[in-house]
Amino acid sequence: MSADLYAWVVWAKQWLMDTHEMASLFWIAVTLLAYSMGTAIYRRSQAHPLLLPVLTGTAAVMLLLVLTDTSYDDYFAAVHPLVFMVGPATVALAVPLFSQIRHLKAIWWPVTVALLTGSVVAILSALLIAWSFGGTTQTLLSLAPKSSTMPIATSLSAHFGGLVSLAAAAVAITGIAGTMLSGPVLKWALGPLDDVVHGFTLGLTAHAIGTARALQISETAGAFAAMAMSLNGLVTALLMPLAVMWITAVA
Amino acid sequence: MSEKRDDTLETIFLNAMIRALSILILLQWCGEVLAKGMRLPLPGSLVGMLLLLAWLMTRGRLSQGMQQTSQALLQNLMLLFIPFITGIIAQAKQVSAQWLPFLAACVLGAVVSLIATAWTLRWMLSSRKRSPDDVS
Repeated sequence: MSADLYAWVVWAKQWLMDTHEMASLFWIAVTLLAYSMGTAIYRRSQAHPLLLPVLTGTAAVMLLLVLTDTSYDDYFAAVHPLVFMVGPATVALAVPLFSQIRHLKAIWWPVTVALLTGSVVAILSALLIAWSFGGTTQTLLSLAPKSSTMPIATSLSAHFGGLVSLAAAAVAITGIAGTMLSGPVLKWALGPLDDVVHGFTLGLTAHAIGTARALQISETAGAFAAMAMSLNGLVTALLMPLAVMWITAVA
Repeated sequence: MSEKRDDTLETIFLNAMIRALSILILLQWCGEVLAKGMRLPLPGSLVGMLLLLAWLMTRGRLSQGMQQTSQALLQNLMLLFIPFITGIIAQAKQVSAQWLPFLAACVLGAVVSLIATAWTLRWMLSSRKRSPDDVS
């Protein structure tokens, strides 16, 4: 960036984002617009997996942060009101769980076994793969909760000494990869699946992104995905102390 | 809080949503207090989720306001992710130094857990005798 342009950006920022409140208003608006435009593009592309709103939206925000020479810490402080909503959204995960409780009671045993298997495999596979490729303790701690949903994963990794943004990135990449690969991989490994199994698998592995995909398959798939996402968040939180023990033992 | 008053409030859409939101926030607060007080190794919001589940189960029904509010929040969960994922740019050094273990764990781990979960659930469902009240 040339010196003239840089001086201009600094001057414009002084005017446009003078107070914390102004910066807050600006960056919240940017984030909301990036997300809603991302969603519009995603719809128009007929749900192309590479155009997930979370990808395009994040890319747009990052681009604007770089262009305006704004630090991530300043941005994060500015969008705090948005971040605040993560907590109540986590509490709201109880609702899809409750809506499916009758379903759940009828097949509680298969679901419990699949849930525990899926959670353990998700955590253990991530740790073993990262460890064998030479991941550091902090990387391992940030990766462990990657299959659980974002609010749970970020608060877990913060709680146990991982890096929150690294954990968030791991959750996002897992969600996107899991959603994109679920179709071909499951077809190749297991053949056609019914909506209950497909939805549950998507929700457990790819949390909210997988759930959004499952909702496109059918209502049953979506409900089971939401349920698996809630349950996996819970089980991951309970397994996390064990994972941390393993990490501190090997690393 | 009588049940009758509850229902009249719920006929007003906005009021019901605000009520539901206040319940979500209050339960998260209760969760934070409990998690801190009992030194639970869980985030307060997760304890709040368990509290809401327990509350819904004892109540036995879901209010329309809670249904709509949670749906609105959960459908746009990805919006709330953006501020966190953007943090990669602050962690660029860490990520670029560790990109291989990081990416491999995410992508290969996802493949492994997809297969393990789907296989286990299908096997458990098919090996189990179907009963008439089975909804699956």
